[in-house]
Amino acid sequence: MAATLPAQSPETASKMAERSGNEGSRAVVRMPWADALFAFVARACAWLTLALLVGIIVSLIAGAMPAIREYGLSFLWRSEWDPAEDRYGGLVMIYGTLMTSFIALLIAVPVSFGIALFLTELSPGWLKRPLGIAVELLAAVPSIVYGMWGLMVFGPILARFVQQPLQSVFEGVPVLSDLVSGPPVGIGILSASIILAIMIIPFIASVMRDVFEVTPPMLKESAYGLGATTWEVVWKVVMPYTKTGAVGGIMLGLGRALGETMAVTFVIGNMNQLNSVSLFEAANSITSALANEFAEAGEGLHQASLIYLGLVLFFITFVVLSLSKVLLAQLKKGEGR
Amino acid sequence: MSTTASYESRLAMHRHRKRINNVALTLSLGAMAFGLLWLVWILIETVRMGLGGLNLATFTEMTPPPQAEIGGLANAIFGSLTMVGLATLLGTPIGVMAGVYLAEYGQSGWLGRTTRFINDILLSAPSIVIGLFVYSVWVARMKSFSGFAGVLALTLIVIPVVIRTTENMLSLIPNAMREAAYALGTPKWKVILSITLKSARAGVMTGVLLAVARISGETAPLLFTALSNQFWTSNLNEPMASLPVTIYKFAMSPYENWQKLAWAGVFLITVGVLALNIVARTLLRNKH
Repeated sequence: MAATLPAQSPETASKMAERSGNEGSRAVVRMPWADALFAFVARACAWLTLALLVGIIVSLIAGAMPAIREYGLSFLWRSEWDPAEDRYGGLVMIYGTLMTSFIALLIAVPVSFGIALFLTELSPGWLKRPLGIAVELLAAVPSIVYGMWGLMVFGPILARFVQQPLQSVFEGVPVLSDLVSGPPVGIGILSASIILAIMIIPFIASVMRDVFEVTPPMLKESAYGLGATTWEVVWKVVMPYTKTGAVGGIMLGLGRALGETMAVTFVIGNMNQLNSVSLFEAANSITSALANEFAEAGEGLHQASLIYLGLVLFFITFVVLSLSKVLLAQLKKGEGR
Repeated sequence: MSTTASYESRLAMHRHRKRINNVALTLSLGAMAFGLLWLVWILIETVRMGLGGLNLATFTEMTPPPQAEIGGLANAIFGSLTMVGLATLLGTPIGVMAGVYLAEYGQSGWLGRTTRFINDILLSAPSIVIGLFVYSVWVARMKSFSGFAGVLALTLIVIPVVIRTTENMLSLIPNAMREAAYALGTPKWKVILSITLKSARAGVMTGVLLAVARISGETAPLLFTALSNQFWTSNLNEPMASLPVTIYKFAMSPYENWQKLAWAGVFLITVGVLALNIVARTLLRNKH
């Protein structure tokens, strides 16, 4: 074999070279532009994504320009919103958006942590998949369904079984009674926050589960080998290792909560007021103000002010989501070590 | 004596740790149950209220005026199907090609890295801002709300979803397959179209289905692009009804017949979206 090969090879090699040369030149002759065109189209589509982001920012700034010129940054802390007098300030909506998202995080973070802990450490193998899918389906339910359910089903229950008992318990107590005051109709900041929490739990939980799973088994097994309990392994080994990733997941959830429109619009009550600190009082958020007023707003300052609100929202979510992305990327970098 | 004392204290320590562990694990179980509770509760209510409002007229009649006896969602269902369908047709090729760029061309270049970053942000960006964007570049120029503006808004939501899954699925394809194809002298475009994209077909399809599921329930970007329409229209230059916007309008109204139809619509959307998700998942699992 080895002896015969060299004898044949010059001939075969030249034949092959000839053939492949033919093939090659034929392909080049047939479609010399195909490769370049394909690469160009792919690159153009990637550019399109960047252009989209730039377009969004530019169009928002341009649309908000009349309001920016009129109020500047003072728009952010003016609480007056009066389309009849044509005077606008965004404080009420910005407060509503930040407050509902903050309360939603307070509820969602511990629950998501519990779910991730359950899915990675406790659940029997055969249950992991169905439970994981169930949590992800919770994320797939459209927000309008949450909104409708919150308005028709959950709100009344919250008012009847939570707000009214709390009102009678806290009656006369200075601060606490203010926190639960308001008509018991089940719409307001707290309903919106709870529904937001339900909506972002699946996002946070699935990111946390994924990052918990990147903890090297060796670390966990060493801790178990030293006699650590499951909780100690999670709290003292898994958590420190995946901290940045977990925070990234929380930021992702926060970004979702800030920008959520329909679920909030249904239950927040859409009232421009800041007079009461009550969690059960109707309020407004950036997204629900846009959803309610934008289509009817006349051109001019009203519309510009609404777009200004949209710009503020986009800016906040952009920062939060970038932070989330950076934190998650940091965890990935650590994985290599 | 001292050994028994330290033994006692270690035992107490052990019990203490065990107790903390039990509490934490019970809470974790509780959290899981808490999460599932909502899913089950929402599904039960949707089915209970939705089936009550659902009948043949829902699919054949137009959206009724308040307090009318009969009426359905035919124009809204048609509008939703039209806009979702067109947006998917427009968004898929762009998304797939950008995904191809990220996975096959720009793995490490600045354009690739920036696009990946921006895309992940657009993926979670508030959809109502997309609506604002389309309003100012299209609706304000054309001086009219239109079905086409709705299609545009939905397209912009499809693209990031498809990019994300396409890139993920392409990067799962082993490099040996690409190298084998290159070794036969295949040009790059052909390697991508007939080897890598073909092997990642199921995954890319999953992405498209997930995108369809996502936009089927999107309301916010349609509010001031497609607006709504009480009548049947297939003209994309007119305002067009859609299921989510109709649900929103009807649910917030005090009229009982509207609210009933809203529940029927919620039922249709929930069933459709969950079915799409389940199909997408099985598609992916059968492949891998």
